[in-house]
Amino acid sequence: MTDTAPMVSVREAHKMFGDLHVLRGVDLTVSAGEVCVVLGPSGSGKSTLLRCINELEVLTGGQVRIEGELIGYEERHHGGHTRLHRLHPKRIAAQRSRIGMVFQRFHLFPHMTALENVMEAQVQVRGRSKAEAKARAVEMLGRVGLSDRMDHYPAQLSGGQQQRVAIARALAMDPEIMLFDEPTSALDPELVGEVLAVMKDLAASGMTMVVVTHEIGFAREVADHVLFMDEGVIVEEGPASQVIDAPQESRTQDFISHVL
Amino acid sequence: MTSPADASARRGDPVPNRIHARPVPRPGRWAAAAIVLVFAAMAVNSLLTNPNYGWDVVWAYFLDVTVIRGVGWTLVLTFGSMAIGVVLAVLLAIMRRSDNPVLVSVSWFYIWFFRGTPIYTQLVFWGLIAVLYPRLSLGIPFGPEFFTFTTKDVITAFWAALLGLALNEAAYLAEIVRAGLNSVDPGQAEAARALGMKEPAILRRIILPQAMRVIVPPTGNETISMLKTTSLVLAVPFTLDITFATNAIGNRLFQPLPLLIVAALWYLIITSILMVGQYYLERYYGRGTDKRTGGGKGPKPGSRRARKQEAINAAGRGNDDPFLEVTP
Repeated sequence: MTDTAPMVSVREAHKMFGDLHVLRGVDLTVSAGEVCVVLGPSGSGKSTLLRCINELEVLTGGQVRIEGELIGYEERHHGGHTRLHRLHPKRIAAQRSRIGMVFQRFHLFPHMTALENVMEAQVQVRGRSKAEAKARAVEMLGRVGLSDRMDHYPAQLSGGQQQRVAIARALAMDPEIMLFDEPTSALDPELVGEVLAVMKDLAASGMTMVVVTHEIGFAREVADHVLFMDEGVIVEEGPASQVIDAPQESRTQDFISHVL
Repeated sequence: MTSPADASARRGDPVPNRIHARPVPRPGRWAAAAIVLVFAAMAVNSLLTNPNYGWDVVWAYFLDVTVIRGVGWTLVLTFGSMAIGVVLAVLLAIMRRSDNPVLVSVSWFYIWFFRGTPIYTQLVFWGLIAVLYPRLSLGIPFGPEFFTFTTKDVITAFWAALLGLALNEAAYLAEIVRAGLNSVDPGQAEAARALGMKEPAILRRIILPQAMRVIVPPTGNETISMLKTTSLVLAVPFTLDITFATNAIGNRLFQPLPLLIVAALWYLIITSILMVGQYYLERYYGRGTDKRTGGGKGPKPGSRRARKQEAINAAGRGNDDPFLEVTP
């Protein structure tokens, strides 16, 4: 849209699950190339925020824009005022394909090899030929250091390897932004490092990233911007040096002292 | 004399102190086995010696043309109705999962109705469809008609039997398919959705292949069950299947018993063949199968298909007994 529109812009986001008010007015702006790390205790709404960005959950109130484009809706002008019209699922799917997502539990397709996992959406969504998709998948698996595991099924890979395949699967779609939902929380401690290394590499290459994590070290090293969320609101935000090393709010101080 | 440990070592046994203990005496086991054997021997003896079974008639008609043709028709009905049933069942299961309340209720009602009434009643009903609707027509609902047919020309006894069996079976299979679809981790659909895949592709490429593991074994069971259910098509009446054919011969000869045995033997033979098929299918798709039990049978070990299925099995899902809800 415009050159000035931020990569991700979330405004006044509210999310209700029945009577449960999970997001209570969250604002988030991520510029192109920026790495934003979201910290917070479980149940603070940080995963929900992430899932609302790519419409896996639908906001109850507020809006999400990617490069200025409203996600999930179309604004139509009727006389003096603007009305929201829900987008057709096909168009929402197209919007999602611009946003890569990595899950806590990997969610690789167990009936496909690593290579097929990375090829699948390229063929189904991007309409690439098998050969093109394969070339791209080989390239991406090489990038995450799994060139020698391409023909393995997910069950034959370690957790860290599975998560790296999941990252390659998302990257092969050429996303403009990558969302990470606690990507290392389901991993054995000795496997966390290899996934974080791939993510650091990705950040260094200029990818826009929103990362929900408990890895304070990663946040300190890589994040341009750190958010601390609790009970559905952003309690504190700023550079890592401020939010992690010199938190102002007592809730942030409390959390940081527990996870460090 | 050397110690047992030395003896084991000499025999190359990796366990130096292998236990060689006497088992607990179990006289009850021997007694039970003896009693059961006596009863079994009596049963076999009576089968062979009682002239009323008429084994000579059995063998005379076992390969009779009418009987063989009956076997053929029974097989056509079994596999034909299963094929139609599977297609309908997938449709019903997908309807049941949709978020359109009309589709959900129609699917629910269908399953409720066809599972809730006896197959015999349904077959009689399909046989009488021409009485209920003497003419069928293609046209605009509540509007003009373009083509009309006489029902009894279109829906012959064979089609009535086939449709009757298929529509009934679809209700049972729909529940099996639904259990299969539900057994797939919802995270799978979510991951596919996050990649921008559309719902039909997610179902076809991601969910159904994983659901097959749960769907295939009970479907094999249903096929065996269908084989025997086809004996009810005389309700239509369809008169060419093995049960009707053997009954007709039996009545003509005033020898109903030997011809019942002919039919029973044929059902047993086909069931046995289906059971062998099902055994391999279950090995191939069975849950919890690990690498040790994989060898030799089913897909070639180490082949692409074998490794693929192994991977699916190893991914295991939490849903421990997906068949529980489908048991009628």
